[in-house]
Amino acid sequence: MDEPDSFATQRRLSEPAGPTGPEDNAGTDRRRWSRQERAQAQIVPQERLQGPIPWVIAIMVGLMVIAAAGALALRNTGRAATSDLAGGITVQIVEARPEVRARLAERAALVLREQPGVSDVELVPQGELDALVEPWLGQDAPEIEDSAGGSAYADLPVPALIDARLAGPADPARLAALRAVLQREVPAARVDAQSTWLTPVFGAIESLTWLALALIVLLGLATGAAVLLAARTALGNNRGTIEIVHLLGGTDAQIAQIFQRSTAIDAAGGSIAGFAAAWIVVVLLGRTFGALQAGLVTGGALGWSDWAVLALIPVGAVALATLTARWTVMRALKGML
Amino acid sequence: MTAAAGGEIVQFDNVGLRYESSREVLSDVSFTLYPGSFYFLTGASGAGKTSLLRLLYLAQRPSRGVVRMFGTDTITLPRDRLPLLRRRLGVVFQDFRLVPHLSAFDNVALPLRVAGVAESELAQPVRDMLEWVGLADRMAARPATLSGGEQQRVAIARAVIGRPQLLVADEPTGNVDPEMAVKLLRLFEAMNRLGTTVVVATHDAHLLRQVPDSLIMRLDRGRLSDPTGALRYPPRRAVGPL
Repeated sequence: MDEPDSFATQRRLSEPAGPTGPEDNAGTDRRRWSRQERAQAQIVPQERLQGPIPWVIAIMVGLMVIAAAGALALRNTGRAATSDLAGGITVQIVEARPEVRARLAERAALVLREQPGVSDVELVPQGELDALVEPWLGQDAPEIEDSAGGSAYADLPVPALIDARLAGPADPARLAALRAVLQREVPAARVDAQSTWLTPVFGAIESLTWLALALIVLLGLATGAAVLLAARTALGNNRGTIEIVHLLGGTDAQIAQIFQRSTAIDAAGGSIAGFAAAWIVVVLLGRTFGALQAGLVTGGALGWSDWAVLALIPVGAVALATLTARWTVMRALKGML
Repeated sequence: MTAAAGGEIVQFDNVGLRYESSREVLSDVSFTLYPGSFYFLTGASGAGKTSLLRLLYLAQRPSRGVVRMFGTDTITLPRDRLPLLRRRLGVVFQDFRLVPHLSAFDNVALPLRVAGVAESELAQPVRDMLEWVGLADRMAARPATLSGGEQQRVAIARAVIGRPQLLVADEPTGNVDPEMAVKLLRLFEAMNRLGTTVVVATHDAHLLRQVPDSLIMRLDRGRLSDPTGALRYPPRRAVGPL
């Protein structure tokens, strides 16, 4: 019995593949390799979106994007507040007698305006001061009478306030210099940097930002662990097939590539779904906070650069899942001869 | 990579094999295979035939001794270089080991795809091979839908599609009728005429008589019977083209 028709002319597998003629150009090679990769990928069953991995990755990516959006919003809030308050100072005129207090406040404002690098000097109107103390004294406070029948509220020694802005940051040296100047002219003046009032808030914002970053790292690790378990399960389920491919001369890299391609496709599907869900949540939250019209909160709005950073999370998740799958498979294959 | 300077495809020298802490399943096995030789490996069940074949198709490294294949010491060879050696082998497993979710066509094409042969170049040889083993109308069938004999023929087609330099077959005719067994043996002979060294493990005494020029390797309790030394130092013979 003769051998099959094409058998005698077929080259051995160990012979190097040479040029195949006129059609052997880059475009043909790309098409050929694309078909070949598809065929090779089918060596292991491709159960796309049927296993838990795409959904696990979708949840992880969604949570990571929300956590990262929170971190970015907090960072933006902190930056906006820092920028607003960086050169801001407040001068208090602590004087019990209202007429003297008003005169000293006018004098202090005049002195401040004469100082180089000081701008936007503004006496806080009495109406704003009343609004500031209203939460503690209530709206009816002016009608409270003292024992002598006068207005107790009017007699309260509420300090006069002057807001001003320095050209640079309100550092201790500049504050000391201003205090010295004001002490000479208005001994009742007390100078403070506005940022001082919000130092605990900035501390809280920084802590929350770090917490969000830690969450992202933990979620990333959990994603890696989930992919690792899934890759091990897939390896176990396809062990027989892998052994065959191995014995037919398949390299570790070839086998790993099959798994990593499958994982990358699953991870991409999960990442897109997770990112889309998180985008909706973040946009809705942004609108809710934006509607509050509170200066500190609206400063945390996300810009295009923030969304670009958030878009890197699904890309990173796909890369992490792919590399984890490759590492797992390569490590398992090292156990085979 | 070429065969060794002496021309031998395989050289076993005092090879022993032991699985974990059990007794040796192969002891002091020494033989040399030259290109174009045809061997039958026989022996009772448990004699070590499958273990010897596992060493030949590089699924196992021996516990002791020297194994050289195609001039390369496979014991010291780094494992990342083993795939290239494996691509010079064709293996027919006793249990076929077809990939269950692939069609007969894709199973036969597997060694070519693993070796990086272009899809456009592999379709015709695979069709020819399946036609030759009588499965032209079963190319799209999955192994589960094939009979035992059909699965065996697919396994054989997969083993020979790449024109291996060494073909190792473990009971390749165990599940086919006598007529198909002889037909498959003729395929091995055709391979052998093209220069492939063939090692067929079998219990079937009828098959041994079908290839007059073949040599017999007889294993008995893990030891190779070679009273004349013909297996260790075989006479050189003219071979077909490699």
